[in-house]
Amino acid sequence: MKKVYGSAAEALDGLLRDGILIAAGGFAWSGIPELLIDAIHKAGTKDLTIASNNCGVDGFGLGILLDSKQIRKMMSSYVGENAEFMRQYLSGELELEFNPQGTLAERMRAGGAGIPGFYTRTGVGTVIAEGKEHKDFDGETYILERGIFADLPIVKGWKADESGNVIFRKTARNFNVPAAKCGRVCVCEVEEIVPTGSLDPDAIHLPGIYVHRLIQGTHEKRIEQRTTRKKETV
Amino acid sequence: MPWDRNQMAARAAQELQDGWYVNLGIGIPTLVANYIPEGVEVTLQSENGMLGIGPFPFEGEEDPDLINAGKQTITELPRTAYFDSSESFAMIRGGKIAMAILGAMEVAENGDLANWMIPGKLVKGMGGAMDLVAGVRRVVVVMDHTNKAGEFKVLKACTLPLTGKGVVNRIITNLGVLDVVEGGLKIVELADGVTEEDMRASTEATIVA
Repeated sequence: MKKVYGSAAEALDGLLRDGILIAAGGFAWSGIPELLIDAIHKAGTKDLTIASNNCGVDGFGLGILLDSKQIRKMMSSYVGENAEFMRQYLSGELELEFNPQGTLAERMRAGGAGIPGFYTRTGVGTVIAEGKEHKDFDGETYILERGIFADLPIVKGWKADESGNVIFRKTARNFNVPAAKCGRVCVCEVEEIVPTGSLDPDAIHLPGIYVHRLIQGTHEKRIEQRTTRKKETV
Repeated sequence: MPWDRNQMAARAAQELQDGWYVNLGIGIPTLVANYIPEGVEVTLQSENGMLGIGPFPFEGEEDPDLINAGKQTITELPRTAYFDSSESFAMIRGGKIAMAILGAMEVAENGDLANWMIPGKLVKGMGGAMDLVAGVRRVVVVMDHTNKAGEFKVLKACTLPLTGKGVVNRIITNLGVLDVVEGGLKIVELADGVTEEDMRASTEATIVA
């Protein structure tokens, strides 16, 4: 079966419906599925629920879908630097479900692994625990968190082979692996697609079983905080 | 004289032990990396998926694929390893990280910590803070002892929404070092020139002998 598609729009063909749950990879501005987000923007799909650690900024990343009011609800751990997000949230246009970052990652991992719920100590005694089942194990209290099963994971890798085996680069891996695994049909964009057999099978981060559609493209890859040091003079 | 930011960071660095894996929060905790004692090898974890954080890159060598949890460009070390977010929090939740050094808005005498939200103000989110305080073996808070208005931050009970309940082990402030013990806080150390009376006057929490 052919996994490689010619464009983001082609790769998303038949997968977009109003109201679906999308799991998106990326942390801050690193490892964001830029091309797929852009294609969803152009497709105009509405009332989306998006599970993603962050929500981009005005005009970049998921911020593009916020600006066009295509998102109904976000499931995130940190939405700090987005003015339009705050405006929509405070006016009640946008629903927000805060998840501790590790809980969000594990909810995706668990959902993809066929685990509908798990107990964690994270958030016990905080607002996060309100309304959730509490259970004691060996004298410690845990809360029940649900696995996420998304209609559509969108992720960004570095290299993939034509069979959909993906390699990520440095800290751009982040949520892309658990997001890719937690849904029915995963669409992955990479910087380079190579012939099957040219990647080391021992070096694959995301096996092709999790990747159903694949595109190659050029990424903007913005830097949020450019911190540097001076070369020491001898 | 109370400690300044760098002296607080230097004091916090003395908490580190050879071979530890440690997570440093944003702000003063980040400065702790500059004061790791000679002969102590500490591996810093970044919760977006990295063990072994290196220094900032040289100008022109920044890599958008290599950032820390504070979104700053960084570099890798020979011992660096990368992994995904679920793996990252598995090691946090699983107690593999020896210590987290974090900032705080409020700490209470029972070890409650509030550092993620002020109701009515802009809500940014807790990020990985709740996972860290629930999962790491030891939590050290580094912060100014009182806020800019001179109000207590070391309290009998937190007033802000909690990040974790009973999670803080040690508090390092510009006035000194306090441990969370049975019945309240115990003074471990005072900054040079700071008296026990100064410490008590700036602390709402119960200080036990």
